[in-house]
Amino acid sequence: MAVDNYSSLTVDAIQQGLRSKAFSAVEIAQEAQRFCEAENPTYGAFLSFCAARALNAAEAVDKKLADGEDPGALAGVPIAIKDVILVEGEKNTCASKILENFVAPYTATAVQRIEQAGALVIGKANCDEFAMGSSNENSAYYPVKNPAAPDRVPGGSSGGSAAAVAAGMAPLALGSETGGSIRQPASFCGVVGVLPTYGRVSRYGLSAFASSLDHIGPFSRNVKDSARLLGVMAGKDPRDSTSAGAAVADYVAGLDGNVKGMKLGVPKEYFAAGLDPEVKTRVEEAIAALEKLGCEMVDISLPHTEYAVATYYLICTAEASANLARYDGVRYTMRSKNAETLSEMYRNTRHEGFGKEVTRRIILGTYVLSSGYYEAYYRKAQKVRRLIYQDFKNAFAKVDAIVTPVSPSPAFPLGAKTSDPLEMYLSDIYTITSCLAGNCGISVPCGATSEGLPVGLQILADHFAEDKMFRLADAYENR
Amino acid sequence: MKITEKEVRNIAELAHLNLSDEEIVAYQANLEEILSYVDKLNELPTDDIEPMAQVLFEGAEQEGLRDDVLETSIPVDKALSNAPLSGAGQFKVPRVLER
Repeated sequence: MAVDNYSSLTVDAIQQGLRSKAFSAVEIAQEAQRFCEAENPTYGAFLSFCAARALNAAEAVDKKLADGEDPGALAGVPIAIKDVILVEGEKNTCASKILENFVAPYTATAVQRIEQAGALVIGKANCDEFAMGSSNENSAYYPVKNPAAPDRVPGGSSGGSAAAVAAGMAPLALGSETGGSIRQPASFCGVVGVLPTYGRVSRYGLSAFASSLDHIGPFSRNVKDSARLLGVMAGKDPRDSTSAGAAVADYVAGLDGNVKGMKLGVPKEYFAAGLDPEVKTRVEEAIAALEKLGCEMVDISLPHTEYAVATYYLICTAEASANLARYDGVRYTMRSKNAETLSEMYRNTRHEGFGKEVTRRIILGTYVLSSGYYEAYYRKAQKVRRLIYQDFKNAFAKVDAIVTPVSPSPAFPLGAKTSDPLEMYLSDIYTITSCLAGNCGISVPCGATSEGLPVGLQILADHFAEDKMFRLADAYENR
Repeated sequence: MKITEKEVRNIAELAHLNLSDEEIVAYQANLEEILSYVDKLNELPTDDIEPMAQVLFEGAEQEGLRDDVLETSIPVDKALSNAPLSGAGQFKVPRVLER
């Protein structure tokens, strides 16, 4: 018996295979390791592997199956974990030199729940350093290549997670998103990526970047698998006071294909100048397909969209400068050897350990929080954030969901935007808004450009309305 | 928005970053470009708008808090396992005060 189609397995196919004894969980773990180690040099999707951990988890699944016990909703499913989410005993580098040798002392709640459901954590996925970037080129180790077009970026910051799923290395992956870091790479690589509502998934064990904007969310090859994975992870965690107690719907049971009469908002600001014409065409075709399924389209406006990128970069850098203050040479493995005094130790460790983009954001964040500028920048941004939030609240009073492109362009060539930080930031324009407003969103593949580059359809829904979002995305996918 | 080299040095000092002269100049240019861009927020009148620190979910005021019960935490040796230098159950740092 063997796993002969590893790279196209879905969660359902694995459950059926295990129950019909077509393969064992241990065989899946072994094939995952073999396949990933063979493919990783090409794509650079993983920074490290957890082969022993995956094998142990697989043995536990096989034992439960043999004993007639329920092995869990994700039994035997390999999953890649972005290297900013802690897995006890495994490395957690945040793709930074400063954490090169850091080994997680505990496991993130999200991962704990996934492992309890029988999933196999196979490795830690590459990303931009401390999740700061939109192309995965800020990894201190190596960039990730887009499996759909290896001369292109996979998007970022969760580029390794997206590429692992796209290249068939794992049916599922966990990423994190602060401004677009799940949905944008999902669209660039042609896979499904989900931003859950702020507070839906515990962040306990997620290395903090910008705490009022950070989320953990799933990647998968189809909508149903992301729905299942989010259902396993979601819900209140006493270890994260920002996690919400709102009931978690059975997302998979809600995928009934019935979207008739649902009202979908089409915001004009997301189809304005700057949008690649081929991306626009693919997204308009997807919207027409949803209309054919019985959805009603409504023209709407999210008038503060053009202020989102500026608002975001003030808030996220301010929060990042505070969160990254902890990396000072005292507790987190790296300490500069060129330091006599405490002050030199702080300064030299941080200079030697942090890459350019991280340093740039710490500088900007420190500046906007500094005396004399706090009101003009940080406070101002917090006020505009409320206007953006209100835009969405007004829209969701009228519509069930909002449909837009995920990113203004398809995947761009490696190196194309590295010299211009502002241009890189602007590639997140359509995703940043939801992170500021806290609502949920999904990127679903909706075809490709003439060059074969994947395009993503974005479906946004109100706070804790993931059930609607998944139902629409699944109906579109199976149209 | 004009940022002086001196301001960038001051910020680097506040952020405990040791930057070379070359880096100071590069970050000065980045900072100027980004701050000019974010100036567009000043087009919006916001005097009457309440600042938003984070998006809060609906719920009772105490919902974010857990019960105050005693639980085991990460053991000391594990908490120290990533320390560059430790001893006697503590993180060790270069001497701060002279004896």
